[in-house]
Amino acid sequence: MGRIKERAIEAILLLCALSSVFVTLGIVFILFYEAFGFFKEISLWEFLTGTQWTPLFAQPKFGILPLVCGTLLVTGIAVLVSLPIGLIVAVYLSEYAPYNVREIAKPILELLAAIPTVVYGYFALLFLTPILQKFIPNLSGFNALSPGIIIGIMIIPYVSSVSEDSMRAVPMHIREGSYATGATKFQTAFRVIIPSAFSGIAASFIIGISRAIGETMVVAIAAGMMPNLTLNPLEPVQTLTAYIVGVSIGDVPHGTIEYKTIFAAGVTLFLMTLFLNILGFWFKRKIREVY
Amino acid sequence: MLFEDNQIQEIKKRIAQNKLRDYLFWILGLFSTLIGFVVFFTLMIDLFIDGFTRLGWPFLISYPSRFPEKAGILSAWVGTTLVMIVTTATAVPFGIASGIYLEEYGKKNWLTQMIEINMNNLAGVPSIIYGLLALGLFVYFLKLGESILTGGLTLGLLILPMVVTSTRESIKSIPNSIREASYALGATKWQTIKDHVLPYSMGGILTGVIIGLSRAIGETAPIITVGALTFIAFLPSPPITITFPFISFKWLFDPFTVMPIQMFNWISRPQKEFHLNAAAAGIILLLMTLIMNGIAIYLRYKLRKKIKW
Repeated sequence: MGRIKERAIEAILLLCALSSVFVTLGIVFILFYEAFGFFKEISLWEFLTGTQWTPLFAQPKFGILPLVCGTLLVTGIAVLVSLPIGLIVAVYLSEYAPYNVREIAKPILELLAAIPTVVYGYFALLFLTPILQKFIPNLSGFNALSPGIIIGIMIIPYVSSVSEDSMRAVPMHIREGSYATGATKFQTAFRVIIPSAFSGIAASFIIGISRAIGETMVVAIAAGMMPNLTLNPLEPVQTLTAYIVGVSIGDVPHGTIEYKTIFAAGVTLFLMTLFLNILGFWFKRKIREVY
Repeated sequence: MLFEDNQIQEIKKRIAQNKLRDYLFWILGLFSTLIGFVVFFTLMIDLFIDGFTRLGWPFLISYPSRFPEKAGILSAWVGTTLVMIVTTATAVPFGIASGIYLEEYGKKNWLTQMIEINMNNLAGVPSIIYGLLALGLFVYFLKLGESILTGGLTLGLLILPMVVTSTRESIKSIPNSIREASYALGATKWQTIKDHVLPYSMGGILTGVIIGLSRAIGETAPIITVGALTFIAFLPSPPITITFPFISFKWLFDPFTVMPIQMFNWISRPQKEFHLNAAAAGIILLLMTLIMNGIAIYLRYKLRKKIKW
């Protein structure tokens, strides 16, 4: 009797653990099923090469490039902000900061990632953009720059915490060896620690980029909801995520082409982040192999 | 003499240069770390300055309205609370059970490896994709509608990886000697887990759950995708009724709105007065997440001090 109960419990627990696999399968199935319906009506070629995205117009055009371009533009700005700052913070916290400073700084930095993104959106639109407009007069009220900067700040903790962990995993004797040859902390950090912790730092960068690509509310609020094939950060743009939100706010009848477009945009987004996640996972795996 | 005078000068100069560079980087690092703090406090102060005048009892007990001074967040915070109940009820049992399986039962085979890789991947999927899954699966396939149940399940899926990870981490930190002592007394595996492993790791699990829920409270995108309404001027049906059987689950299927959506709605209005409402809603939302994160940080700190195996 007891044996059977033990077995049954194990089976139930396994089912729960498998639920995550079902979630993934569900995501893949639903995204591709609905996107398949989309591609029955619009050719993949038009979708990938069209330079106009106007699915709600009377003469709809279904080229995904403006949305992808908007996504990459905002992500690019976010990356320019978060990767250098995140790396410097990681080096500082891992190599320079005394124990107390680190213990206080880490939780506060992590709070940056905990603030609801809609609050960041408010901040980007109604605080940062007006300030930026004082310096850049031709910056439009909705633009890619302001949400890009805010997303960059938001993902600093993702970059810095994983980087710092991997730097601190570098054994002490390697550091001491460097100090013994007369190197300063700066030299040790940049010529010894960073190269040794490379996999972890790369993983942290990729996690950060993937977060920036998937970020939704900040761009939906502050970037302007306008599909725009441009690399000019001063103009309004729309990202893949913001498009999905923009369509969902209105009432989208099930089965219409508008309904299917959000899944087509979703598949594009999912494939972009999946690629990055796999790359990041591969780098993370390498961390453990080093020492 | 090993070195000439001018060579010594050269070396001294180089050492001084290196020291200066070291010092400069130390300052740069400090400043970069401070950027986070500065942004954080600027954001809080900005919200307070904008939203302070709207805060107050009427704001909490009013429905949204066409008139910004009369509008409030009653339906939004009630919606958030109910959605969180559903989220907790789904993510916590499933997450803890998965964590237990992966740490205590799972052998190193392709199945557990697949679950593990998959869990890693899920944690990196953008939240809006969960919204699309929920739209296709819950709203249209299972026909749950644009309801509190759908919203709660969506966020439950979203924080599942977080609950699993924290469960695993805290189970992992329990030394094997505890398990062996329990087995030695004749306990079965499940008894060992239920009476020892799980109670001892509860603190860590709780920390993870709280952090997960604090993320879920602020999540906007997936909830918009499943079709939560932005203007709700009524409350869901009450969970307690005066007639038999006194408990009603009708609220699960009611339309709803949540705090971040209400805030988003106010931000997207052109009138400046609505932005003040958005700021006030933002303050409350921010306070909720900060309090939850504060509890989690405190718990983690406490546990680290108390438990020494």
